[in-house]
Amino acid sequence: MLSLFRKIAAVGRVAESAPPAPEPAPPELAARTRALRGSAQVRCVDAGSCNGCEIEIGQAFGPVYDAERYGARIVASPRHADVLLVTGPVTRNMAEPLRRTYEAAAEPKVVVAVGDCAIDCGEFAGAYGVEGAAGDVVPVDLVVPGCPPEPAAIVEALRKVTGR
Amino acid sequence: MSANPVAVALAVAGGFGLVASTGALVLPARIRVLATGGSAAASGTAGAAAGALALSGRTYAAHLPNLLPLGGVYLRVDALAGVFLAVTGAVFAVAAVYGIGYFRGHGSNRAVQAVWPLFALSLLLVPVAASVSTLLYAWELMALTSLLLVCAGGGEQARSAGLWYAVMTHLGLVALLAGLVWLAAAAHTETFAGIAAASGSISPAVKGAVFVLVLAGFGSKAGMVPLHAWLPRAHPEAPSPVSAVMSAAMVNLGVYGLVRVGFGLLHGGSRWWWLTALLLGALSAVYGIIQAAVETDLKRLLAYSTVENLGLILLAVGAAGILSDSGQPVLAALALAAGLLHVATHAAFKTLLFLGAGSVLHATGTRDLDELGGLRTRMPVTTGLFALGALGAAALPGGAGFPSEWLLLQSLIHARVISGAAALVMLPVAVGAIALSAGLAVATFVKALGTGFLAKPRSARAEHAHEASGPMLAGLGIAAVACLALALVPGTSAPALARAVNAAGLYVGGLPEYADRLTAIGSTLSPLLVVAVVVLLVLAIKALLKITARAPRRAAPLWDCGAPPLTARMEYTATSFAEPLQRVFDDVIAPESDLDVTQHDESEYLVARVAYSRAVPDRIEHRLYLPVVHTVRRAGRMATHVANGSVHRYLGYGFCAVIVLLVVLAAAR
Amino acid sequence: MNELDITARTMTVSVVQVLVVLLGSPLLVGLMRFVRARMEGRVGAGVLQPWRDTVKLLRKHRLDPEGTGPAFRTAPVLGVAVGAVAAGAIPLMATGTAFGTGADMIAVIGLLALASAALALAGLDTATAFGGMGASREMTIAALAEPTILMAVFALSARVGSTNLPAIVAAGAAGASRLASPASLLAAVALAVVVLAECGRLPVDNPATHLELTMVHEAMVLEYSGPDLALVELGAAMRLTVLLGLWSSLFVPFGIATGTGLGVLLLGLLVFAAKTAVLGCVLAAGEVFMAKLRLFRVPELLAGSFLLGVLAVAASFFLD
Repeated sequence: MLSLFRKIAAVGRVAESAPPAPEPAPPELAARTRALRGSAQVRCVDAGSCNGCEIEIGQAFGPVYDAERYGARIVASPRHADVLLVTGPVTRNMAEPLRRTYEAAAEPKVVVAVGDCAIDCGEFAGAYGVEGAAGDVVPVDLVVPGCPPEPAAIVEALRKVTGR
Repeated sequence: MSANPVAVALAVAGGFGLVASTGALVLPARIRVLATGGSAAASGTAGAAAGALALSGRTYAAHLPNLLPLGGVYLRVDALAGVFLAVTGAVFAVAAVYGIGYFRGHGSNRAVQAVWPLFALSLLLVPVAASVSTLLYAWELMALTSLLLVCAGGGEQARSAGLWYAVMTHLGLVALLAGLVWLAAAAHTETFAGIAAASGSISPAVKGAVFVLVLAGFGSKAGMVPLHAWLPRAHPEAPSPVSAVMSAAMVNLGVYGLVRVGFGLLHGGSRWWWLTALLLGALSAVYGIIQAAVETDLKRLLAYSTVENLGLILLAVGAAGILSDSGQPVLAALALAAGLLHVATHAAFKTLLFLGAGSVLHATGTRDLDELGGLRTRMPVTTGLFALGALGAAALPGGAGFPSEWLLLQSLIHARVISGAAALVMLPVAVGAIALSAGLAVATFVKALGTGFLAKPRSARAEHAHEASGPMLAGLGIAAVACLALALVPGTSAPALARAVNAAGLYVGGLPEYADRLTAIGSTLSPLLVVAVVVLLVLAIKALLKITARAPRRAAPLWDCGAPPLTARMEYTATSFAEPLQRVFDDVIAPESDLDVTQHDESEYLVARVAYSRAVPDRIEHRLYLPVVHTVRRAGRMATHVANGSVHRYLGYGFCAVIVLLVVLAAAR
Repeated sequence: MNELDITARTMTVSVVQVLVVLLGSPLLVGLMRFVRARMEGRVGAGVLQPWRDTVKLLRKHRLDPEGTGPAFRTAPVLGVAVGAVAAGAIPLMATGTAFGTGADMIAVIGLLALASAALALAGLDTATAFGGMGASREMTIAALAEPTILMAVFALSARVGSTNLPAIVAAGAAGASRLASPASLLAAVALAVVVLAECGRLPVDNPATHLELTMVHEAMVLEYSGPDLALVELGAAMRLTVLLGLWSSLFVPFGIATGTGLGVLLLGLLVFAAKTAVLGCVLAAGEVFMAKLRLFRVPELLAGSFLLGVLAVAASFFLD
């Protein structure tokens, strides 16, 4: 325990300083999500991804990028969530669960398609197991392009929702 | 000459009871249930009135010399008897009202309806008895009538339960007979008044032996571990109104007997008596609630909860004895008052719970919590009232069991003034037992209420449940009112309790009288205030939410992780709810499980069928009773060698006996 | 002694305590998250973040999961109401609260158990496997924690001769020698373990987990959303604040207002806030070093604390 304490003292702060504020969200999204200013609970839904985006999301909430300082927090249930981070092309098996997850969240809610696969099926376009892009199953409000997108881009999308 | 009102009330109770009984035998089916139920309710109310009159200070004594052989009938009603009369009468009246609805559809059994009022009358007779023979007659009448009622259910379970009950209650009777007759012989009189007067001259060894026998007899009736095995078998098999009377009124008479004999007749006696009672009470409380926590049969769960609560009452009586022996009359009175209050509160919530379980059984045909569920939408009133009873059984604020447990803890808090290392060591153990039983009781009744009544139905039988009929709901409602009254204004019972404690033999002045709060030495409990503030705050917060959170609402399906719809198979059952507790108390419970795997003919790796069964046996039965039964059987088999049917041998025995007798007589000359 | 002690002063004390706990408990949670974040090298969201979360949740639309009933809807409100009553009754900043002689320790603990039981029933009412699992685990832990609380209460009350909270706290504040007695120390350790168990903190339960099979408290509330969820989280925060305040009033009562002067009361309020904040920080720092115990090791921990409770009672009987 003492060695851990020494390490904490030695390492100190790991988080990089906050980058400049991103451009604000489009006006109709901003109007709909005025209640989410300053606080957004996030639920990640893996609709069929290769897990690359999950790792980047994990890093976004890690010590270096620290998305929590902008008011975002990962929660365990879509009922508790305001933001759904959808990753991966939507496979046939995950289409219905994704829809139900979207239905289970209370308004106002924001769907963010993370990664090229969620935006337009990316690498897996036309594959036999793929139902479509995230936008074909649930209405998508924000996109974070990249394969995988950088954690900084994911944090930027979350900052558009919380406005911090 | 004005008649004694207590006597009048008792006579009325007896009269209506006999009317109900004969009515059940002779009336035609159309009006039978209503008529017998009505007169039974009247009988119960009269009994409760007699008890209330006795609690307000009136007494009654009578001697009816020619009514029974061997000394006649001695009756005496005082405040202590009044507690038990009031409780029994009230429980019987409520159960009778409930029975009007219950027996109507239930293939109304003439025999049950005829015997039931007699059972209740015997329960009213026991506290009133003032001589050994009267008490024993009433005790045996109570045992026989309840035995008939237990067996009335029919079927294998009922027969086995009846056998256990018959054997154990009669073994208890033998112990009582031995103890009380010995006491009467030592005192040279059989009336209680005479014995109480003469007990100063009886040797302590005789008194100790009498107490042990009496503890065994009365304790067995009160479900004291290890003599409790009949209780979880017999109480569930009887019809539900009868179960309610058995659990809420009959078992109390074990406590009555102990208090009457221990304090009234034997005047306190030695400390080790009460220490034993305290320890056995603590053991019963903990064992009872552990078994209840893992039980899935609703009525068996309630029966084990009875074992637990009677254990707490026995603990209170034991503590009263120890404190009285240490020269602390005020604390002893407080402990005994706590025990008597718990008798009343337990009767209230146990009646409510058993009648609720009866409604469930009536509506669904099953008692198994693993098959119930979803009754809240189908039986809303019953669910709400059962929840009130569960609150009482869990001893949470707002529940009927809370004030009496609080009072018991208060009497023990001051108990560090007693002398003697043994008692000082036992008291923390006793407090630990109360605490453990309180915690487990909350878990048990959350299980009973949550899995039995909330969520979705787990079987077709639960799906087709219907709300109980009017009289059944009326019975439940009256019991609920009693629960609420005892929970919110327990202080109204303080003067009555003080009189009862005085009548028991622990003389102390009155307890302070405030209606809405209980005061013990140095502490106050105001359940009304606490509950009122919580309820007001709940309403205030709801109103505030309505104002501030005005967003629209919509219905939503349950969150099922996105998979196809939730079925009832995915819900937690009572067994799974209790599984962590069962693991924690694995050494005590020792469940037996059996796994049977049938493989396919073609390959050992393909499984065709898996059968799994798990049962929680009563460990005390296995470890204690079965060896005793085996020993008795073996002794019996060995005895057949002695009495093997040969006439020559028997003549030889007779000849030897005569020779021995002649030798003894010659030597004794 | 038989009347409730309702005067202007005690009413003020109670109301102030309720308001401070109501408004300050999310701040305490924010402070604990801040300490954790800093120790993990992150920046953290700031101490006011739980309040931002609560306000946002109050503005969300309401969902009524089908099949749920009064048990589901009432449990969150009951949690907050019980927290408020406890805050009003327990002597946190001053020894005289409006409940006066009615502020009974067993009653307060019973109320907290009632709130837990209500939430467990709400979990069972959802008819989902998670709700049942959370209820089952929560009730097992509560069933094993409540005995320890009663034993600790008993040990403290036996020396004072009363279970009245103001009396116990006043006796502790009057003589520091009482606080250093074996009974008091044992009860302090036992009650500390129980506070962890009752509030669902590490090592008994991880409040920040999102792995359902490791959840205890979270699993019961997976179905709540919007304003109900706000009340559930507020209730949990109030429970934590009240229990930490109770622990500090019983075992470190220095600074609590025993008189009725305005200055003394203000000092008592500041000291209460400081003590609770310090305890919260210590708890949060400790959580960085701890992992959650396996569920079936938790009863061993609680049994150990129960044993300490029994020893505390025995010590209070024999050694005083």
